[in-house]
Amino acid sequence: MSLSRDDVAKVATLARLALSEDELAQMTSELTKIVGFVSLLEEIDTSNVEPLAHPLGTTNVFREDEPAPSLPVELAIATAPKQDGECFLVPAVLGD
Amino acid sequence: MQPLELSAIDLVAAVANGDLTAVECTQAALDRIAALDPGTNAFLHVDQASALAAAEAVDAKRAAGKPLGPLAGLPVGVKDALCTRDMPTTCASKMLEGYQPPYDADTVARLRAADAVIIGKTNMDEFAMGASNENSAFGPVRNPWDATRATGGSSGGSAACVAASMSTVSIGSDTGGSIRQPAGLCGVTGLKPTYGRVSRRGLVAFASSLDQIGPMAHSAADCGLVLETIAGHDPLDSTSLDEMVPSYTQMLEEPLAGIRIGRVPAHFGEGLDPEVAAAVEEGFRVLEAAGATIHDIDLPHAKYGVATYYLIAPSEASSNLARYDGVHYGHRTSEPCRSDAFDSPLVEMYCRSRAEGFGPEVKRRIMLGTYALSAGYYDAYYKRALQVRRLIRQDYLDAFAKVDLIGGPVSATPAFPLGEKTDDPLAMYLLDLYTVTTNLAGVCGISFPCGFTGSGLPIGYQLQAPALAEPLLLRAADRFQRLTEWHRRRPPSA
Amino acid sequence: MPEPTDNAAPYTTVIGLEVHVQLLTKTKLFCSCENRFGAPPNTLTCPVCLGLPGSLPVMNREAFRLAVRAATALDCTIAEFTKWDRKNYFYPDLPKGYQVSQFDLPFSEHGQLEAIDPKGAFEPRMVRILRVHLEEDAGKSMHDESAGTADSRIDLNRTGTPLLEIVSEPDLRSPAEARCWLGELRLLLVYLGVSDCNMQEGSLRVDANVNLHIPKADGSLAKTPIVEIKNMNSFRSVERALTYEVVRQYEEWQATGKELGSAPKQTRGWDDAAGITRGQRHKEESSDYRYFPEPDLVPVTLTVDEIAAIREGMPESPRALRKRLEETWKIPAYDADVLVGQGRALVEYFETLARLVDDGKVASNWMQQDVLRTLNEQGIAIDAFPVAAAGLADVIGRVKKGDFDTSRGREIFAEMIASGRSAEEVVAAMGIAAVGDDELMALCRELVEANPKIVADVQSGKQQAAGGLIGQAKKKNPNVNPGQVRGLCLKIIGELPAP
Repeated sequence: MSLSRDDVAKVATLARLALSEDELAQMTSELTKIVGFVSLLEEIDTSNVEPLAHPLGTTNVFREDEPAPSLPVELAIATAPKQDGECFLVPAVLGD
Repeated sequence: MQPLELSAIDLVAAVANGDLTAVECTQAALDRIAALDPGTNAFLHVDQASALAAAEAVDAKRAAGKPLGPLAGLPVGVKDALCTRDMPTTCASKMLEGYQPPYDADTVARLRAADAVIIGKTNMDEFAMGASNENSAFGPVRNPWDATRATGGSSGGSAACVAASMSTVSIGSDTGGSIRQPAGLCGVTGLKPTYGRVSRRGLVAFASSLDQIGPMAHSAADCGLVLETIAGHDPLDSTSLDEMVPSYTQMLEEPLAGIRIGRVPAHFGEGLDPEVAAAVEEGFRVLEAAGATIHDIDLPHAKYGVATYYLIAPSEASSNLARYDGVHYGHRTSEPCRSDAFDSPLVEMYCRSRAEGFGPEVKRRIMLGTYALSAGYYDAYYKRALQVRRLIRQDYLDAFAKVDLIGGPVSATPAFPLGEKTDDPLAMYLLDLYTVTTNLAGVCGISFPCGFTGSGLPIGYQLQAPALAEPLLLRAADRFQRLTEWHRRRPPSA
Repeated sequence: MPEPTDNAAPYTTVIGLEVHVQLLTKTKLFCSCENRFGAPPNTLTCPVCLGLPGSLPVMNREAFRLAVRAATALDCTIAEFTKWDRKNYFYPDLPKGYQVSQFDLPFSEHGQLEAIDPKGAFEPRMVRILRVHLEEDAGKSMHDESAGTADSRIDLNRTGTPLLEIVSEPDLRSPAEARCWLGELRLLLVYLGVSDCNMQEGSLRVDANVNLHIPKADGSLAKTPIVEIKNMNSFRSVERALTYEVVRQYEEWQATGKELGSAPKQTRGWDDAAGITRGQRHKEESSDYRYFPEPDLVPVTLTVDEIAAIREGMPESPRALRKRLEETWKIPAYDADVLVGQGRALVEYFETLARLVDDGKVASNWMQQDVLRTLNEQGIAIDAFPVAAAGLADVIGRVKKGDFDTSRGREIFAEMIASGRSAEEVVAAMGIAAVGDDELMALCRELVEANPKIVADVQSGKQQAAGGLIGQAKKKNPNVNPGQVRGLCLKIIGELPAP
């Protein structure tokens, strides 16, 4: 299984990571190696095996619908890289 | 009385008796950190004033005749992956440099409520991704037994601070071996509890179905003492087990007679350092001497553990780390974001902030996980890994029908030189060989010293037990430590 | 193949709707922040809904209960095992970088809800529901173009609000059907207390998928590319947008001949002021959400018995209620539709009234004309209406008894509404008393004597001329009963000697 530079560039876009050409090249070679290694799993017959996403077998965990105080707005936005005292600020979100 | 030479159990008793004050214990730890940590880099943040204030509060409580918490005066180092409302929580990442959460992790809150003194936040691999602690954005941790060597990871700071007696105990987290492996390489005892035994609330998530918080100390008994405080149901963590917490330290006396311990012959194949192999085999003899019987067993899918783990953990991580996007907290690029190379200034801000904030290993895993979950690859990678995960868990269930515990190595080699594996990500991943399956199955495991190499490096022994069998796991490790002195050795620097 | 509904059109319109409704819980889906509209920005947030590192979700029991209620009312099969998944995408109003939603195992599937037009503009149409699932809402991005700033503002109060996604099969055949179906859906959910379905506040949001099936000369069928329409903020705009889009697609097909499959699904936004849909920028990543099981939540299971018990406990649906009102009270379908459309409390008022006056039709007339008009004028709900059903029944009873006529009864009812007094008190205050027999006889004799022309007309066979006497009688005494006046006057005239 070999990944191309373009495959990796596409994944980087999905993952929102800006990679330089050099980084892309290095990432391509590293991911190819790792993906080659994990492809080891192909040798196992999993045709009748249910996936196991979680080690717990527990179900039905709920909380009651009772309000609790929220954070004060100053604290909620305190850690934001950019804010106006009320809202988080980001570069323009284009109309959708 | 030298506070840091005492076990946690003895230190807490001394504080309760008035033989020591919490301030004396805390000051001793702070002094030692000041002396040793410049060479070790185990701590990312130490807040002398607040640690002393917490200690003074404990002493005042005692002076006022009020009952003390079960960990009163105990100096604890906490991995920087756990949220603390009065200290930065960075996960050793530039992404979260200076970030201070508005709440305490459940474990931190329980430690404070038990009157423990949080000495500082310990160094780690960035976002807990690594097996050497060299992936910290704030520099690697140096192994107290040999400063040219790695501590292992990702809880390298938590292992080193106990190894060098800069705190009596510490808190780590273990997603694929991150408590047990550095414990092994640093000559301390590290416990990865059953998945769900300790609340994950406030633990910055790496891989949510694998992450588990656990204690690190000089002995299994001390790990049990800390676990009594940090374990328990948290209604605000849906995956926290609603099961009674036993008094682990009260359950250590029963002998090991009749306990069956499994040995996996495949663990002793190629790649295992001969000195490690010899020490681990000797470990089985010790347990045998304690009354246990040893039985060869097979975990047929264990050899697929690393490949399975390196699909599941990065997949979950790629999603867990999506929140670091420069909007609500954490690093945002200072670039103007007006390039045509991106879809929009917003997308450019995301891509640059994340590229600047994350280190190379974190990026690699985000990429790997994003790839494994993406359209067209999900079935071949992520889904298949989940299927193999079930097979691996079944192996454990089958094995635990035959034996009570599984023993073996925790790491194929002793501590390796810093920089030795940093250029080969895959070689680094393979270091997790003996530990990842515990997490995939959701069972518990412990690592403790079972010998030293000729050059004086500690060697770790791992025991694994079924879900919620921590009492037996701790009892066996404690029994081992009653018969051996390895865990009493301290690094020459200490 | 769907049958055409509009014989005049050379195509069949195929519409499917995707509806999001916010659930009426006190708190958010995964945390204890209040679920409330209109608070100042970012005042209803906590580590969980801000997506802070280390925070974890815990499912709101009431949200799940309401969701199951809604799906049961929509005739869905309720799953015995359901789980949540992460839908991964980056957006500033989505602080975790993923939305907790349901992918392959939603809690309910395969339901149905009928679209009915009470005015009969189209035949009732059963619309299949593909699935209903429970997910979390995102926050709000606000961009003030006029302010000329480069930044958008993010408010996370809405983040984590429990949201039901209801996806219909493409079974609707006209914009009018779509509008009626939405109306029925809204009514059902409001009746269940599941949501307030307020489109202005965004607690009900609709996206529509539409395309055309066009028979070609060779007998085959051309299907136009499916377009998803967004940004419709009223049921009326849903109908307008679909109507516009149907024409646009037909014209585009005529011009380009483009068919389904030749182009990716397009998203178009409805511009209500301009009355047009506009193509939206294609988002590159939108097709790859990398769903995987949410490891921070555990699955939910229900037993067959629990599911059956939920079904047993369901209240009467609006559809069943309409039918029952028609049958029990013998009222027209249109009346039943209006009453039911006003909500359960008003229906209860009506039924109490109808029982007290023992006449559904009369009760319905008073409801439609007097009660509803007042509610509309005063902008109040039936709970705040000042006259209880018994009070109105009292007025109607007096009219039936002949104490006064309907129009006088209306005046009395209006005064009861205005003053809050009983019928008894209003009648007394207005000097309205039943006119005594002797008094009435004297009045009629007086009128007969004073109107020889009318008398002559009646005697010559024009009975309707007696109407003039009634008008005069009402002027002299507003309390007289016109029927009685008429009967009495005709009797007196009949007893007069023939001219």
